[in-house]
Amino acid sequence: MRPTTSKLLGVALLVAVAGVLIGFYVSKLTTDQGSPAYTVPVVTAGVHPVVDLTIETVAAVGPTFSPAHPDFVSYLIRDAQGKWRRDTVWRLPANATVHVTIYNFDGASGLRNPYLARPLGIDGNTMVIDGKPLTVIPPDEASHTFAVPQLGLIVPLPGVADDAKNQCGYAPCALSNAHHTITFTFHTGAKGHYRWQCFVPCAAGWIDGFGGPMQTIGYMDGFLDVV
Amino acid sequence: MSSAPTTAAGQPNHAKRVIVAWLVLSAIATPLVAIFLGPALPPGHASQQASEQVVANTVMTSIVTPVICLLLVFFVYALMKFRTARGGALVDGPPLRNQNTVQVAWVALTSATVLFLAGFGTYELLQNGSGGGQGPSPIAVPSGPKLQVQVIAQQWEFTYRYPSYGGLETSQLVLPENTEIELHVTSLDAIHSFWAYELGIKADANPGNDNVAFLRTKGADTFHVHCAELCGLWHGYMFSNGRVVSASQFATWIKQQQQVFASVQQYMPRYATTYFPDPQRRAG
Repeated sequence: MRPTTSKLLGVALLVAVAGVLIGFYVSKLTTDQGSPAYTVPVVTAGVHPVVDLTIETVAAVGPTFSPAHPDFVSYLIRDAQGKWRRDTVWRLPANATVHVTIYNFDGASGLRNPYLARPLGIDGNTMVIDGKPLTVIPPDEASHTFAVPQLGLIVPLPGVADDAKNQCGYAPCALSNAHHTITFTFHTGAKGHYRWQCFVPCAAGWIDGFGGPMQTIGYMDGFLDVV
Repeated sequence: MSSAPTTAAGQPNHAKRVIVAWLVLSAIATPLVAIFLGPALPPGHASQQASEQVVANTVMTSIVTPVICLLLVFFVYALMKFRTARGGALVDGPPLRNQNTVQVAWVALTSATVLFLAGFGTYELLQNGSGGGQGPSPIAVPSGPKLQVQVIAQQWEFTYRYPSYGGLETSQLVLPENTEIELHVTSLDAIHSFWAYELGIKADANPGNDNVAFLRTKGADTFHVHCAELCGLWHGYMFSNGRVVSASQFATWIKQQQQVFASVQQYMPRYATTYFPDPQRRAG
């Protein structure tokens, strides 16, 4: 083989290898779903399935769920066995009715934008807090939000009073601890990969309250993997 | 090749060949680029500013076309004419000598091009800001009445306030057609950048800063809004769609939004060009 031909073949091989690597990288970026999704059990199957989603928000996730960051504020999800898990990527069926129950054990931090104090994108644009239907909460009393901006879904969660008795220190928290129970219903619609987040600057000790757990999937952010 | 122009030394006149080929190629390519490629250049025609940007992009692309043609012609000619035959001895080319005419022509041509583009860009910028953020005291202010819309960025969503409609705030950007819009862009937390692509609008959203940009909408249309400043975990998801609608549709939409957000209106701060949100009780 002539030296020139060898060089050309070498260059072609390098280009091909680089192309394959770039292809892998791009496909990984465009298809990566993040951490494995937790499949939320379906209560009623069918064309329009029904799902119960039970989650809680805690001021500190504790060493049981996060040995590396026990002081991170976090969401937890309750699985079919009734155990709490620190998973924030949830697989839900498309066109499903999702009944959500949130137990909030955390105190108030206050919303940076009062606009988010009004629930939206849920049935009747009304949430039920401790049995009372509400269409707004005082923004300063917000502890967290459960928001899926791509679905137009925003639900503000009121915080536990600062002077409440029997407050929860570390997760998992018991229902005997001071908390608010927030319930609402939304519909998943079309298949897709929707991010959800908290809008309250609730990450204590981080700049502007938006670092650490607010910038890490697995605590105050996640995905709805609608399939 | 006997008919080719030759130098006194008997060599073909390469420069003349290259220049002729360049002129011919440029004469063909430049009008094609201006006429066919130009109108398809970004960002689109959803606003007067966007259309002006298309014109600016067309002008710049047309001007750069002869430059690209020259490079291509020279490159191809050099490859064809000056390559060494297989097995042939490598021979050094003739020494390059200074030519004042060529140097002066080069400096004059490139200077004229750059100065023209600088003048053209400045003129376009001073007309109406060209869709860019001009800070709190804009110098290029279009005349006539304007609809003021505030863009509020936060991690990780844009919301929009309409001060002339009671300070209504929504997560949707809807604008009336054929209307002069005065955008006031700000942020509640980190640095963001409001980029309404098809409207030709891009303005940084900085906390405590009022960044003013102008646009004039055209007919009914849709456009995309992105954050163009890396702002954290969900920066890549900080996008939405906006609409330009008729005046009557806009009025109906405003009323509908006022009803939807009636319950939160009592908690909304007075309209201001910037906000310094409080509380941040747990923030660092």
